[in-house]
Amino acid sequence: MTGRNAQNCNENYLKYVSALAPPTKHFKNCLSAFAVGGLICSVGQFFRYMLGYAGLSGDELAGAVSVILIFFGCLLTGLGVYDRIGRYAGAGSIVPITGFANSVTSPAIEFRTEGYIYGTAAKMFTVAGAIIVYGVFSGVLVGIVYCLL
Amino acid sequence: MKKGNTIFFANKPKVRSYAAICGSKEREGVAGRYADVALADDMYGESTYEKAECKMLSNAVSLAVEKGGLTDGEVDALLSGDLLTQIISASFAARDFQFPYLGLYSACSTMSEGMLLAAALVDGGYAKNCVAATGSHFASAERQYRYPLELGCTRPPQSQWTVTGAGACVVSSQSGAVRIVNATLGRVRDWGVTDVNNMGAAMAPAAADTVIRHFKDTDAQPEDYDLIITGDLGALGSRIFKDLLWEKGYDPSRHVDCGEMIYKVVEDEFQGGSGAGCSAVMMNSYFFSKMQAGLYKRVLFAATGALLSTVSSGQGESIPCISHAVELEAGYDG
Repeated sequence: MTGRNAQNCNENYLKYVSALAPPTKHFKNCLSAFAVGGLICSVGQFFRYMLGYAGLSGDELAGAVSVILIFFGCLLTGLGVYDRIGRYAGAGSIVPITGFANSVTSPAIEFRTEGYIYGTAAKMFTVAGAIIVYGVFSGVLVGIVYCLL
Repeated sequence: MKKGNTIFFANKPKVRSYAAICGSKEREGVAGRYADVALADDMYGESTYEKAECKMLSNAVSLAVEKGGLTDGEVDALLSGDLLTQIISASFAARDFQFPYLGLYSACSTMSEGMLLAAALVDGGYAKNCVAATGSHFASAERQYRYPLELGCTRPPQSQWTVTGAGACVVSSQSGAVRIVNATLGRVRDWGVTDVNNMGAAMAPAAADTVIRHFKDTDAQPEDYDLIITGDLGALGSRIFKDLLWEKGYDPSRHVDCGEMIYKVVEDEFQGGSGAGCSAVMMNSYFFSKMQAGLYKRVLFAATGALLSTVSSGQGESIPCISHAVELEAGYDG
């Protein structure tokens, strides 16, 4: 609570409210996240085998699989399906690379109405920006630790 | 006349006509059967959701004016607001009309604030016909307050669903089956709730404060009313509101909540509807028509609003809330 006239910051009330809050179904959420996340990874693995048979290997193979998954993440976002999967799966569809694709594509679509430059392009990383910043930052930290060891 | 924070209207302004437009999700519920227009498509034939919201509001106002048998020239003022920044929907909708416009912002309690001010203008003799209107749109509110629509994230179980819809009513010095007897002005209450997904808990103290002050100022008891209607507390907020009334010794059994009523299918709505359009749609469709039909005689309508912004919640501020109450009466003599 801030402000000179802050009134009634009622600890008892806040306790009462949190006691009433509907419980999050952790077990069910974990289960559906595991199932959907696992399914997305299995699809990725399927493409990995297929492209492996087609003759790709190493970095090329990893890159190609990522590109395919990103493509499907964007496509399903555009079709309005990915948010429905996300509501059910939670972290299961946010953590894989398709979730990252979704977090870039969804604001891009949403802000299309403000034009391609100030809308789509400028707002594209409103959600993903945080992921990139802290992803790179933690990468650097881990790199330093790795270097010291 | 005034007692406490309650204004008693000497001439008792009438609700001459009313109109409501609701979206496709609301169409499935009770609002769909009573609203004048129930949309099959939330875009309403427009290219953006903001334009659709503006069109809903504009059409609700013109429908209400039309149903009241009025022309643009006979309306003295439009009191309207919405949830978007700089209240663009209301202001842009006002372009369509020849009468003056007063912009309001009171978040989801705009409907009762509009009715209150319109009644004061009419009762004071400064106006003959005033339109009070407001609306909201799920998609435009999501974009402003939360995440992009297509982002695959989960909604917490205490969250509510912003209603797509708009409602308008004409408050008039002349005819009307429902009249506005008095109104209690809201005080901003903030009991320290910071969870933006739990609007019901944030708003319930404001609603209880206003309703209890209303009872005191009018020397009434909850039993004297057929209904005590709150705006968009949702299921959880209603539960808290009932507890708060009970605690002060008032019987909450006549209480209903527009947010709790509006949706039939429980999919992602969780605690029910919210948004300025929630109480606007329910009052201007179901409740007014039932009052006109004589089912409810004395009704207290207290819409509730959470006065937060994405900036304030981002900076960790708690949520100040407000509720204005309007007492309505139907089936009166003369």
